[in-house]
Amino acid sequence: MVQVSFTSNLERHLSCPLVEAAGDTVEAVLDHVFEDNPRLRSYLLDDQGHLRKHVNIFINGKMLADRTCLSDGLGPDDKVFVIQALSGG
Amino acid sequence: MVQKLYVASRKGLLRFSRSNDLWVMERSDFVGDPVSAVLHDPRNGALFAALDLGHFGVKLHRSGDGGESWEELAAPAFPKSEEAGATGGDPAAPSVSLLWTLAAGGAGQPDRLWAGTIPGGLFVSDDLGQSWSLVETLWNQPQRAQWMGGGFDDPGIHSISIHPEDENRIAIGVSTGGVWLADDGSEHWTLAGKGLRAEYLPPESANDPLMQDVHLLARCATEPDVIWCQHHNGIFRSVDGGKSFREIENARPSAFGFAVAAHPKNANVAWFAPAIKDECRVPVDQKFVVSRTSDGGDTFDVLDKGLPDAPSFDLVYRHALAVDDTGDRLALGTTTGNLWVGAEGGESWRLVSNYLPPISQVLWVSTE
Repeated sequence: MVQVSFTSNLERHLSCPLVEAAGDTVEAVLDHVFEDNPRLRSYLLDDQGHLRKHVNIFINGKMLADRTCLSDGLGPDDKVFVIQALSGG
Repeated sequence: MVQKLYVASRKGLLRFSRSNDLWVMERSDFVGDPVSAVLHDPRNGALFAALDLGHFGVKLHRSGDGGESWEELAAPAFPKSEEAGATGGDPAAPSVSLLWTLAAGGAGQPDRLWAGTIPGGLFVSDDLGQSWSLVETLWNQPQRAQWMGGGFDDPGIHSISIHPEDENRIAIGVSTGGVWLADDGSEHWTLAGKGLRAEYLPPESANDPLMQDVHLLARCATEPDVIWCQHHNGIFRSVDGGKSFREIENARPSAFGFAVAAHPKNANVAWFAPAIKDECRVPVDQKFVVSRTSDGGDTFDVLDKGLPDAPSFDLVYRHALAVDDTGDRLALGTTTGNLWVGAEGGESWRLVSNYLPPISQVLWVSTE
Protein backbone atom coordinates (compact mmCIF):
# COMPACT_ATOMS: atom_id res chain seq x y z
CA MET A 1 0.00 0.00 0.00
CA VAL A 2 1.17 3.51 -0.81
CA GLN A 3 1.35 5.93 2.09
CA VAL A 4 -0.18 9.35 1.32
CA SER A 5 0.22 12.38 3.56
CA PHE A 6 -1.11 15.89 3.15
CA THR A 7 -0.03 19.41 4.01
CA SER A 8 -1.40 20.48 7.35
CA ASN A 9 -2.66 23.64 5.62
CA LEU A 10 -5.54 21.55 4.28
CA GLU A 11 -6.72 20.86 7.81
CA ARG A 12 -8.15 24.39 7.96
CA HIS A 13 -10.69 23.31 5.39
CA LEU A 14 -11.23 19.58 5.81
CA SER A 15 -9.85 16.54 7.57
CA CYS A 16 -7.18 14.65 5.65
CA PRO A 17 -5.07 12.43 7.89
CA LEU A 18 -2.27 10.22 6.61
CA VAL A 19 -3.78 7.29 4.70
CA GLU A 20 -2.68 4.15 2.90
CA ALA A 21 -4.17 3.35 -0.50
CA ALA A 22 -3.66 0.89 -3.33
CA GLY A 23 -2.74 1.77 -6.91
CA ASP A 24 0.16 1.74 -9.33
CA THR A 25 -0.08 5.39 -10.41
CA VAL A 26 -0.63 8.64 -8.54
CA GLU A 27 -4.02 8.95 -10.25
CA ALA A 28 -5.11 5.50 -9.11
CA VAL A 29 -3.96 6.03 -5.55
CA LEU A 30 -5.66 9.41 -5.27
CA ASP A 31 -8.87 7.98 -6.74
CA HIS A 32 -8.91 5.51 -3.87
CA VAL A 33 -8.23 8.28 -1.37
CA PHE A 34 -11.10 10.33 -2.81
CA GLU A 35 -13.52 7.40 -2.44
CA ASP A 36 -13.27 7.84 1.31
CA ASN A 37 -12.80 11.62 1.25
CA PRO A 38 -14.77 12.97 -1.75
CA ARG A 39 -14.53 16.66 -0.80
CA LEU A 40 -10.74 16.43 -0.99
CA ARG A 41 -10.77 15.96 -4.78
CA SER A 42 -11.61 19.56 -5.64
CA TYR A 43 -8.98 20.86 -3.22
CA LEU A 44 -6.19 19.04 -5.06
CA LEU A 45 -7.46 18.72 -8.63
CA ASP A 46 -9.06 21.29 -10.93
CA ASP A 47 -12.22 20.82 -13.01
CA GLN A 48 -10.28 18.73 -15.55
CA GLY A 49 -8.68 16.43 -13.01
CA HIS A 50 -5.28 18.12 -13.36
CA LEU A 51 -3.20 18.88 -10.29
CA ARG A 52 -4.02 22.43 -9.20
CA LYS A 53 -1.44 24.99 -10.24
CA HIS A 54 -0.37 25.77 -6.70
CA VAL A 55 -0.47 22.26 -5.27
CA ASN A 56 2.51 19.96 -5.59
CA ILE A 57 3.13 16.26 -5.09
CA PHE A 58 6.36 14.54 -4.16
CA ILE A 59 7.01 10.82 -4.48
CA ASN A 60 9.73 9.65 -2.08
CA GLY A 61 11.05 13.21 -2.12
CA LYS A 62 11.01 13.60 -5.91
CA MET A 63 8.59 15.97 -7.62
CA LEU A 64 5.71 14.56 -9.65
CA ALA A 65 6.43 14.65 -13.40
CA ASP A 66 2.95 14.46 -14.92
CA ARG A 67 0.73 17.16 -13.42
CA THR A 68 -1.91 16.71 -16.12
CA CYS A 69 -2.75 13.01 -15.95
CA LEU A 70 -0.94 12.02 -12.72
CA SER A 71 0.48 8.99 -14.52
CA ASP A 72 3.68 8.72 -12.44
CA GLY A 73 4.13 5.10 -11.43
CA LEU A 74 4.11 3.95 -7.81
CA GLY A 75 5.26 0.86 -5.96
CA PRO A 76 3.70 -0.50 -2.79
CA ASP A 77 6.38 0.95 -0.49
CA ASP A 78 6.31 4.46 -1.96
CA LYS A 79 5.45 7.53 0.03
CA VAL A 80 3.41 10.34 -1.54
CA PHE A 81 3.44 13.84 -0.06
CA VAL A 82 0.84 16.41 -1.11
CA ILE A 83 2.00 19.94 -0.36
CA GLN A 84 0.84 23.50 -0.84
CA ALA A 85 3.24 25.20 -3.26
CA LEU A 86 4.81 28.45 -2.11
CA SER A 87 3.62 29.99 -5.37
CA GLY A 88 0.08 31.30 -5.41
CA GLY A 89 0.30 32.72 -1.94
CA MET B 1 -37.66 45.03 10.03
CA VAL B 2 -34.14 43.83 10.86
CA GLN B 3 -31.35 44.85 8.53
CA LYS B 4 -27.94 43.22 8.22
CA LEU B 5 -25.00 44.23 6.08
CA TYR B 6 -22.81 41.45 4.71
CA VAL B 7 -19.31 42.28 3.51
CA ALA B 8 -17.39 39.82 1.33
CA SER B 9 -13.73 40.56 1.83
CA ARG B 10 -10.24 39.32 1.06
CA LYS B 11 -10.10 37.82 4.55
CA GLY B 12 -13.57 36.57 5.28
CA LEU B 13 -17.30 37.17 5.27
CA LEU B 14 -18.27 39.86 7.75
CA ARG B 15 -21.72 40.68 9.10
CA PHE B 16 -22.69 44.07 10.47
CA SER B 17 -25.83 45.13 12.29
CA ARG B 18 -27.10 48.41 13.66
CA SER B 19 -26.65 49.10 17.33
CA ASN B 20 -27.43 52.49 18.87
CA ASP B 21 -27.23 54.16 15.47
CA LEU B 22 -23.81 52.62 14.74
CA TRP B 23 -23.05 49.75 12.39
CA VAL B 24 -20.95 47.18 14.21
CA MET B 25 -19.41 43.89 13.13
CA GLU B 26 -21.24 41.13 14.92
CA ARG B 27 -19.92 38.08 13.14
CA SER B 28 -17.09 36.92 10.85
CA ASP B 29 -16.89 33.66 8.94
CA PHE B 30 -14.17 32.07 6.80
CA VAL B 31 -11.60 34.31 8.48
CA GLY B 32 -8.43 34.35 6.42
CA ASP B 33 -10.10 33.16 3.23
CA PRO B 34 -10.95 35.38 0.25
CA VAL B 35 -14.72 35.62 -0.22
CA SER B 36 -15.47 36.54 -3.82
CA ALA B 37 -19.29 36.68 -3.66
CA VAL B 38 -22.18 36.41 -1.23
CA LEU B 39 -25.84 35.80 -2.02
CA HIS B 40 -28.96 35.97 0.12
CA ASP B 41 -31.79 33.98 -1.43
CA PRO B 42 -34.95 35.95 -0.68
CA ARG B 43 -37.15 32.94 -1.44
CA ASN B 44 -35.92 30.87 1.49
CA GLY B 45 -33.45 32.98 3.48
CA ALA B 46 -30.41 30.86 2.62
CA LEU B 47 -26.98 32.47 2.44
CA PHE B 48 -24.31 31.42 -0.02
CA ALA B 49 -20.63 32.32 0.19
CA ALA B 50 -18.20 31.81 -2.68
CA LEU B 51 -14.57 31.39 -1.66
CA ASP B 52 -11.41 31.75 -3.68
CA LEU B 53 -8.93 29.61 -1.78
CA GLY B 54 -6.14 30.20 -4.27
CA HIS B 55 -4.06 27.05 -3.82
CA PHE B 56 -7.08 24.86 -3.27
CA GLY B 57 -9.54 26.35 -5.76
CA VAL B 58 -12.97 27.93 -5.60
CA LYS B 59 -15.46 26.70 -3.03
CA LEU B 60 -19.14 27.28 -2.29
CA HIS B 61 -20.78 27.20 1.12
CA ARG B 62 -24.42 27.53 2.17
CA SER B 63 -26.00 28.51 5.46
CA GLY B 64 -29.62 28.02 6.35
CA ASP B 65 -29.38 29.79 9.69
CA GLY B 66 -28.03 33.22 8.86
CA GLY B 67 -24.41 32.17 9.00
CA GLU B 68 -24.44 30.35 12.33
CA SER B 69 -23.43 27.17 10.52
CA TRP B 70 -22.19 26.45 7.00
CA GLU B 71 -22.24 23.45 4.70
CA GLU B 72 -19.83 23.06 1.78
CA LEU B 73 -21.52 22.35 -1.56
CA ALA B 74 -20.05 21.28 -4.86
CA ALA B 75 -18.85 24.43 -6.62
CA PRO B 76 -19.64 25.03 -10.29
CA ALA B 77 -17.09 23.24 -12.47
CA PHE B 78 -16.54 22.90 -16.18
CA PRO B 79 -17.21 19.50 -17.71
CA LYS B 80 -14.15 17.40 -18.46
CA SER B 81 -12.73 18.09 -21.88
CA GLU B 82 -13.01 15.45 -24.56
CA GLU B 83 -10.02 16.97 -26.36
CA ALA B 84 -7.30 14.74 -24.93
CA GLY B 85 -3.76 15.78 -25.79
CA ALA B 86 -0.70 13.61 -26.32
CA THR B 87 -0.41 12.84 -22.64
CA GLY B 88 -4.06 11.92 -22.31
CA GLY B 89 -5.09 15.25 -20.82
CA ASP B 90 -5.99 18.66 -22.19
CA PRO B 91 -3.93 21.30 -20.40
CA ALA B 92 -5.89 24.09 -22.10
CA ALA B 93 -9.29 22.88 -20.91
CA PRO B 94 -11.15 25.35 -18.67
CA SER B 95 -11.34 25.24 -14.93
CA VAL B 96 -13.19 27.76 -12.77
CA SER B 97 -10.71 30.21 -11.29
CA LEU B 98 -13.22 32.60 -9.70
CA LEU B 99 -16.86 32.47 -8.69
CA TRP B 100 -17.58 36.08 -9.57
CA THR B 101 -21.29 36.38 -8.95
CA LEU B 102 -24.27 34.40 -7.68
CA ALA B 103 -27.95 35.06 -8.37
CA ALA B 104 -31.24 33.57 -7.21
CA GLY B 105 -33.78 32.43 -9.78
CA GLY B 106 -37.34 33.72 -9.92
CA ALA B 107 -40.25 32.89 -7.66
CA GLY B 108 -41.55 30.31 -10.12
CA GLN B 109 -38.29 28.36 -10.00
CA PRO B 110 -37.71 28.18 -6.25
CA ASP B 111 -34.74 25.81 -6.46
CA ARG B 112 -32.89 27.64 -9.24
CA LEU B 113 -29.62 29.49 -8.76
CA TRP B 114 -27.22 31.03 -11.24
CA ALA B 115 -23.45 31.55 -11.05
CA GLY B 116 -21.07 33.53 -13.22
CA THR B 117 -17.40 32.60 -13.31
CA ILE B 118 -13.96 33.29 -14.70
CA PRO B 119 -13.36 31.89 -17.31
CA GLY B 120 -16.69 33.12 -18.69
CA GLY B 121 -19.04 30.35 -17.70
CA LEU B 122 -22.69 30.71 -16.77
CA PHE B 123 -23.78 27.89 -14.48
CA VAL B 124 -27.25 26.88 -13.31
CA SER B 125 -28.40 24.83 -10.33
CA ASP B 126 -31.92 23.43 -9.90
CA ASP B 127 -31.36 22.04 -6.43
CA LEU B 128 -30.38 25.19 -4.50
CA GLY B 129 -26.70 24.77 -5.18
CA GLN B 130 -26.21 21.08 -4.48
CA SER B 131 -25.15 20.52 -8.08
CA TRP B 132 -24.38 22.75 -11.06
CA SER B 133 -24.42 22.54 -14.84
CA LEU B 134 -22.66 24.70 -17.39
CA VAL B 135 -25.14 26.58 -19.58
CA GLU B 136 -23.78 25.20 -22.81
CA THR B 137 -26.11 27.23 -25.01
CA LEU B 138 -24.09 30.28 -24.03
CA TRP B 139 -20.71 28.59 -23.73
CA ASN B 140 -21.07 27.20 -27.25
CA GLN B 141 -21.86 30.56 -28.86
CA PRO B 142 -19.28 30.95 -31.64
CA GLN B 143 -18.80 34.61 -30.70
CA ARG B 144 -17.60 33.58 -27.24
CA ALA B 145 -14.21 32.91 -28.84
CA GLN B 146 -13.83 36.69 -29.10
CA TRP B 147 -14.51 37.38 -25.44
CA MET B 148 -11.36 38.74 -23.81
CA GLY B 149 -9.94 39.18 -20.37
CA GLY B 150 -10.73 42.52 -18.76
CA GLY B 151 -8.40 43.00 -15.83
CA PHE B 152 -8.16 39.26 -15.31
CA ASP B 153 -6.39 37.04 -17.81
CA ASP B 154 -9.62 35.35 -18.85
CA PRO B 155 -13.06 36.80 -19.61
CA GLY B 156 -15.71 36.47 -16.94
CA ILE B 157 -19.41 36.85 -16.17
CA HIS B 158 -19.99 39.31 -13.34
CA SER B 159 -23.62 40.33 -13.85
CA ILE B 160 -26.64 38.02 -13.90
CA SER B 161 -29.88 39.98 -13.83
CA ILE B 162 -33.20 38.12 -13.72
CA HIS B 163 -36.24 40.10 -14.83
CA PRO B 164 -38.39 40.34 -11.68
CA GLU B 165 -41.64 39.86 -13.62
CA ASP B 166 -40.43 37.10 -15.95
CA GLU B 167 -37.73 34.79 -14.69
CA ASN B 168 -37.07 33.53 -18.21
CA ARG B 169 -35.73 36.93 -19.20
CA ILE B 170 -32.09 37.07 -18.22
CA ALA B 171 -29.42 39.67 -18.89
CA ILE B 172 -25.78 38.91 -18.33
CA GLY B 173 -22.74 41.17 -18.47
CA VAL B 174 -19.33 39.97 -19.60
CA SER B 175 -15.93 41.57 -19.14
CA THR B 176 -15.16 41.64 -21.95
CA GLY B 177 -17.89 40.29 -24.19
CA GLY B 178 -20.82 42.69 -23.93
CA VAL B 179 -24.42 42.16 -22.85
CA TRP B 180 -26.23 38.92 -23.64
CA LEU B 181 -29.98 38.36 -23.31
CA ALA B 182 -32.18 35.27 -23.11
CA ASP B 183 -35.98 35.41 -23.25
CA ASP B 184 -36.61 31.70 -22.78
CA GLY B 185 -34.70 30.77 -19.65
CA SER B 186 -31.38 29.98 -21.24
CA GLU B 187 -32.07 28.16 -24.51
CA HIS B 188 -31.31 30.98 -26.90
CA TRP B 189 -28.98 33.90 -26.39
CA THR B 190 -28.76 37.19 -28.22
CA LEU B 191 -25.80 39.54 -28.21
CA ALA B 192 -27.44 42.83 -27.26
CA GLY B 193 -26.09 46.12 -25.95
CA LYS B 194 -26.46 48.22 -29.08
CA GLY B 195 -25.11 51.68 -28.36
CA LEU B 196 -22.33 50.67 -26.02
CA ARG B 197 -19.08 52.25 -27.10
CA ALA B 198 -15.46 51.41 -26.38
CA GLU B 199 -13.38 54.47 -27.13
CA TYR B 200 -10.11 52.63 -26.70
CA LEU B 201 -10.77 50.25 -29.61
CA PRO B 202 -9.98 50.95 -33.26
CA PRO B 203 -12.75 53.21 -34.62
CA GLU B 204 -14.31 50.48 -36.76
CA SER B 205 -14.68 48.23 -33.69
CA ALA B 206 -15.67 50.82 -31.09
CA ASN B 207 -19.40 50.15 -31.40
CA ASP B 208 -19.17 46.39 -31.85
CA PRO B 209 -21.43 44.97 -29.09
CA LEU B 210 -19.14 41.96 -28.73
CA MET B 211 -16.11 44.06 -27.86
CA GLN B 212 -17.64 45.93 -24.93
CA ASP B 213 -16.07 45.84 -21.48
CA VAL B 214 -19.16 45.90 -19.30
CA HIS B 215 -18.13 46.43 -15.69
CA LEU B 216 -21.57 45.93 -14.14
CA LEU B 217 -25.26 45.83 -15.01
CA ALA B 218 -27.79 47.11 -12.44
CA ARG B 219 -31.53 46.80 -13.06
CA CYS B 220 -34.28 48.92 -11.49
CA ALA B 221 -36.45 46.47 -9.53
CA THR B 222 -39.77 48.21 -10.19
CA GLU B 223 -39.06 49.39 -13.73
CA PRO B 224 -37.08 46.38 -14.85
CA ASP B 225 -36.61 47.42 -18.45
CA VAL B 226 -34.30 50.13 -17.13
CA ILE B 227 -30.77 48.78 -16.79
CA TRP B 228 -27.75 50.89 -15.90
CA CYS B 229 -24.35 49.88 -17.20
CA GLN B 230 -21.05 50.99 -15.73
CA HIS B 231 -18.68 50.30 -18.57
CA HIS B 232 -14.94 50.70 -18.91
CA ASN B 233 -15.60 53.58 -21.25
CA GLY B 234 -18.39 55.30 -19.37
CA ILE B 235 -21.93 55.09 -18.10
CA PHE B 236 -24.83 53.85 -20.22
CA ARG B 237 -28.58 53.43 -19.62
CA SER B 238 -31.06 51.10 -21.28
CA VAL B 239 -34.85 51.48 -21.25
CA ASP B 240 -35.53 48.30 -23.24
CA GLY B 241 -34.11 45.62 -20.97
CA GLY B 242 -30.58 45.78 -22.32
CA LYS B 243 -31.26 45.58 -26.03
CA SER B 244 -29.88 49.07 -26.53
CA PHE B 245 -28.15 51.69 -24.41
CA ARG B 246 -27.73 55.46 -24.44
CA GLU B 247 -24.38 56.86 -23.41
CA ILE B 248 -24.51 59.23 -20.45
CA GLU B 249 -22.18 62.07 -21.22
CA ASN B 250 -22.55 64.35 -18.22
CA ALA B 251 -21.13 62.14 -15.50
CA ARG B 252 -18.82 63.87 -13.07
CA PRO B 253 -16.18 63.86 -11.76
CA SER B 254 -15.57 61.01 -14.23
CA ALA B 255 -17.50 58.36 -16.13
CA PHE B 256 -15.02 55.59 -15.30
CA GLY B 257 -15.62 53.18 -12.48
CA PHE B 258 -16.65 49.64 -11.73
CA ALA B 259 -19.72 49.87 -9.51
CA VAL B 260 -23.28 51.05 -10.09
CA ALA B 261 -26.32 50.75 -7.82
CA ALA B 262 -29.81 51.24 -9.25
CA HIS B 263 -32.56 52.77 -7.13
CA PRO B 264 -35.13 49.99 -6.62
CA LYS B 265 -38.16 52.27 -7.04
CA ASN B 266 -37.02 55.21 -9.16
CA ALA B 267 -35.60 54.37 -12.55
CA ASN B 268 -34.03 57.81 -12.85
CA VAL B 269 -31.78 57.36 -9.84
CA ALA B 270 -28.45 55.53 -9.72
CA TRP B 271 -25.18 55.80 -7.82
CA PHE B 272 -21.62 55.38 -9.06
CA ALA B 273 -18.08 55.33 -7.63
CA PRO B 274 -16.01 57.37 -10.07
CA ALA B 275 -12.27 56.93 -10.59
CA ILE B 276 -9.51 57.69 -13.08
CA LYS B 277 -9.10 55.26 -15.95
CA ASP B 278 -7.42 53.14 -17.17
CA GLU B 279 -4.62 51.60 -15.15
CA CYS B 280 -4.40 54.47 -12.67
CA ARG B 281 -7.60 53.60 -10.83
CA VAL B 282 -7.61 56.07 -7.97
CA PRO B 283 -10.27 58.68 -7.16
CA VAL B 284 -10.28 61.77 -9.37
CA ASP B 285 -7.85 64.25 -7.80
CA GLN B 286 -7.57 61.59 -5.08
CA LYS B 287 -10.82 62.96 -3.61
CA PHE B 288 -13.05 60.02 -2.82
CA VAL B 289 -16.69 60.70 -3.71
CA VAL B 290 -19.87 58.98 -4.83
CA SER B 291 -21.81 60.37 -7.76
CA ARG B 292 -25.59 60.19 -8.17
CA THR B 293 -27.97 61.01 -10.93
CA SER B 294 -31.63 61.63 -10.12
CA ASP B 295 -32.81 62.47 -13.62
CA GLY B 296 -31.84 59.46 -15.70
CA GLY B 297 -28.30 60.65 -16.31
CA ASP B 298 -28.86 64.23 -17.44
CA THR B 299 -27.12 65.66 -14.38
CA PHE B 300 -25.02 64.30 -11.53
CA ASP B 301 -24.60 65.21 -7.88
CA VAL B 302 -21.22 64.66 -6.26
CA LEU B 303 -21.77 63.28 -2.77
CA ASP B 304 -18.96 63.58 -0.25
CA LYS B 305 -20.43 64.53 3.12
CA GLY B 306 -18.77 62.15 5.56
CA LEU B 307 -16.27 60.84 3.02
CA PRO B 308 -12.58 61.65 3.61
CA ASP B 309 -10.98 64.95 2.70
CA ALA B 310 -7.51 63.43 2.82
CA PRO B 311 -5.93 62.12 -0.38
CA SER B 312 -7.48 58.73 -1.05
CA PHE B 313 -6.45 55.64 -2.95
CA ASP B 314 -9.81 53.92 -2.45
CA LEU B 315 -11.26 52.02 -5.38
CA VAL B 316 -14.70 50.43 -5.29
CA TYR B 317 -14.92 47.01 -6.88
CA ARG B 318 -17.96 46.35 -9.05
CA HIS B 319 -20.04 44.57 -6.42
CA ALA B 320 -19.06 46.79 -3.51
CA LEU B 321 -21.67 49.56 -3.81
CA ALA B 322 -25.21 48.57 -2.84
CA VAL B 323 -28.50 50.24 -2.03
CA ASP B 324 -31.13 48.70 0.22
CA ASP B 325 -34.75 47.89 -0.64
CA THR B 326 -35.94 51.36 0.33
CA GLY B 327 -33.49 53.20 -1.91
CA ASP B 328 -32.49 55.30 1.08
CA ARG B 329 -29.54 53.50 2.65
CA LEU B 330 -26.33 52.58 0.84
CA ALA B 331 -23.19 50.64 1.63
CA LEU B 332 -19.80 51.33 0.12
CA GLY B 333 -16.69 49.19 0.53
CA THR B 334 -13.25 49.76 -0.97
CA THR B 335 -10.04 48.03 -1.91
CA THR B 336 -8.38 49.90 0.94
CA GLY B 337 -10.63 48.19 3.45
CA ASN B 338 -12.79 51.18 4.26
CA LEU B 339 -16.55 50.74 4.74
CA TRP B 340 -19.20 53.45 4.84
CA VAL B 341 -22.96 53.47 5.17
CA GLY B 342 -24.83 56.25 3.37
CA ALA B 343 -28.11 57.78 4.54
CA GLU B 344 -30.80 59.71 2.67
CA GLY B 345 -29.75 58.35 -0.68
CA GLY B 346 -26.11 59.15 -0.10
CA GLU B 347 -26.58 62.73 1.12
CA SER B 348 -24.37 61.82 4.06
CA TRP B 349 -22.02 58.97 4.85
CA ARG B 350 -20.83 57.49 8.10
CA LEU B 351 -17.61 55.54 8.41
CA VAL B 352 -18.15 52.00 9.68
CA SER B 353 -14.51 50.84 9.70
CA ASN B 354 -11.07 51.80 8.40
CA TYR B 355 -9.57 48.45 9.28
CA LEU B 356 -11.08 45.85 7.00
CA PRO B 357 -9.49 43.73 4.27
CA PRO B 358 -10.06 44.70 0.63
CA ILE B 359 -13.82 44.44 -0.03
CA SER B 360 -15.24 42.57 -3.01
CA GLN B 361 -18.97 42.88 -2.27
CA VAL B 362 -21.46 44.54 0.07
CA LEU B 363 -24.97 43.15 0.47
CA TRP B 364 -28.00 44.40 2.36
CA VAL B 365 -30.35 41.79 3.80
CA SER B 366 -33.65 42.84 5.35
CA THR B 367 -35.84 40.42 7.23
CA GLU B 368 -39.11 40.85 9.10
